[in-house]
Amino acid sequence: MRTTDYSALQPASLAATNAVFIGRSIRLSLRNVEALIMAIVLPVMLMLLFTYVFGGALDPGGDYVNYVVPGIILLCAGYGSASTAVDVATDMTNGIIDRFRTMPIRSLGVVIGHVAASLFRNLVATGVVIGVALLLGFRPSASFLEWLGALGLIALFILVLTWLYAAIGLVAGTPAAASGYGFILLFLPYLSSAFVPTNTMPGWLQGVADHQPITPVIEAIRGLLTDGPVGSNGWLAVGWCAIILLIAFVWSSWAFRRKAGRR
Amino acid sequence: MNKHAIEVKGLRKRFGSQIVLDGIDLAVETGTIFALLGPNGAGKTTLINILSTLVAPDEGTATVAGRDVVKERDEVKRAISLTGQFAAVDEALTAEENLNMIARLSGFNSREARARTAGLLKRFDLTASAKKRVKTYSGGMRRRIDLAISLVAERPVLFLDEPTTGLDTLSRRALWEIILDLKKQGITIFLTTQYLEEADQLADRIAVIAGGRVVANGTAGELKARVGGEVLELIGGDDGVLRTVPTDGSIQDVRRTLSELALLYPQDTRVSIRKPSLDDVFVALTTTAGSKEVSAR
Repeated sequence: MRTTDYSALQPASLAATNAVFIGRSIRLSLRNVEALIMAIVLPVMLMLLFTYVFGGALDPGGDYVNYVVPGIILLCAGYGSASTAVDVATDMTNGIIDRFRTMPIRSLGVVIGHVAASLFRNLVATGVVIGVALLLGFRPSASFLEWLGALGLIALFILVLTWLYAAIGLVAGTPAAASGYGFILLFLPYLSSAFVPTNTMPGWLQGVADHQPITPVIEAIRGLLTDGPVGSNGWLAVGWCAIILLIAFVWSSWAFRRKAGRR
Repeated sequence: MNKHAIEVKGLRKRFGSQIVLDGIDLAVETGTIFALLGPNGAGKTTLINILSTLVAPDEGTATVAGRDVVKERDEVKRAISLTGQFAAVDEALTAEENLNMIARLSGFNSREARARTAGLLKRFDLTASAKKRVKTYSGGMRRRIDLAISLVAERPVLFLDEPTTGLDTLSRRALWEIILDLKKQGITIFLTTQYLEEADQLADRIAVIAGGRVVANGTAGELKARVGGEVLELIGGDDGVLRTVPTDGSIQDVRRTLSELALLYPQDTRVSIRKPSLDDVFVALTTTAGSKEVSAR
């Protein structure tokens, strides 16, 4: 009962392919209810925890909320994008990837879809953090342009982290392993100026904290949102992000191709 | 159109120190069903993965629809569809969403994709469950949606890696019907299986592989003929088959075989004589050393 001849059908364009995969990943995100609740509840919990439990001790003046908002945003971005590693690893261990790979399309789109969905999820989570922070007394002094700059930097940071997690998901053998390796990255914000100024740390740790990429990102966002100076942190932050993004993207593409030859 | 939809010459593949394919040669005529039969670990999936461009061979060449699977990957991809051993379906999506996604990726616009999806759901009797997530499907339904997805773009060559493994008899037969129907449409089907009955029922030609080599290649009838005229079956006290031994069917050979066996088994062992099944071929061809004397008889 052959009805139509599809042999002349042109496969989907690169843009159409990526659009389909992005749609798929966002749909999967919305369907993963536990992860979605986590993505919304976690920022609220962290915000409350740092402001009311630690905040009093860290800054008895009650102004800690203004200090900690950028740190919470990045911490949540870390948690939120970590699931990308699991999503990617799950896809790579399922039969579906073989189907995509045997179609005349650019199948790296599967990963691009997960990255785009993570960016979307985490920007929503960032919105939640800022909303809760405002309720708890966060008083940003940023102009419209400064807000744009801060949000742009946050989006860039999420993108960087998500591509890193995607690469981890691609090299990890199983989703569980991906989740384990990804955990390491979650500690980086604690070793930065996210929660306490680095000059309160012992000398050797201060060296690490001052020169790791998260500190300039935090400082730049803090400077943009509140009255502090941004200084060279802006360019440092963008520079770090650009370098790591490039590495993560190349690493991902390489790992994706290499996996193809293995299976 | 090419006479052979698939041609494989001297294909070798190793993973580390393990030789998976050790010089495979075969050809599949366009519009036929070809079954690759072999035990687990024989290299069936590796061969399918090479033919479907997922894995590059170490040596040898393979063409699908006249195109080289290494040098012309993109052209090959436009000619094939793969249903892997593990359902290649997105379990978190519904059947409808899966079909629609693949239709869009295949280049259909959204209206065409919807029409194609509806048509396939109907044809594979999945319309009632179209809006349920594939996660909730039974094994048989899962295989059906998997096959339906493979047919979205109507490629001329279809690879099926153990399409009915783990299915109950009824679902297996339903799937066989579908596969035979696809052949009628002119699609060339290359399938792997561990089930002799499946190869017997479906395939125009069968290749048996073991240890990375093709040990036999022909129609089901030809393969059965290779085992010889008649098979002796020794049946024990509990009605279980103790041993099957092929003979050439001549009175001499049957008598000689029986007198040898009489020394090895209890006197109350019963004997039945039957035509060889594909099972006998399989056992004779794929088992190593110990049973070589059996196939040499």
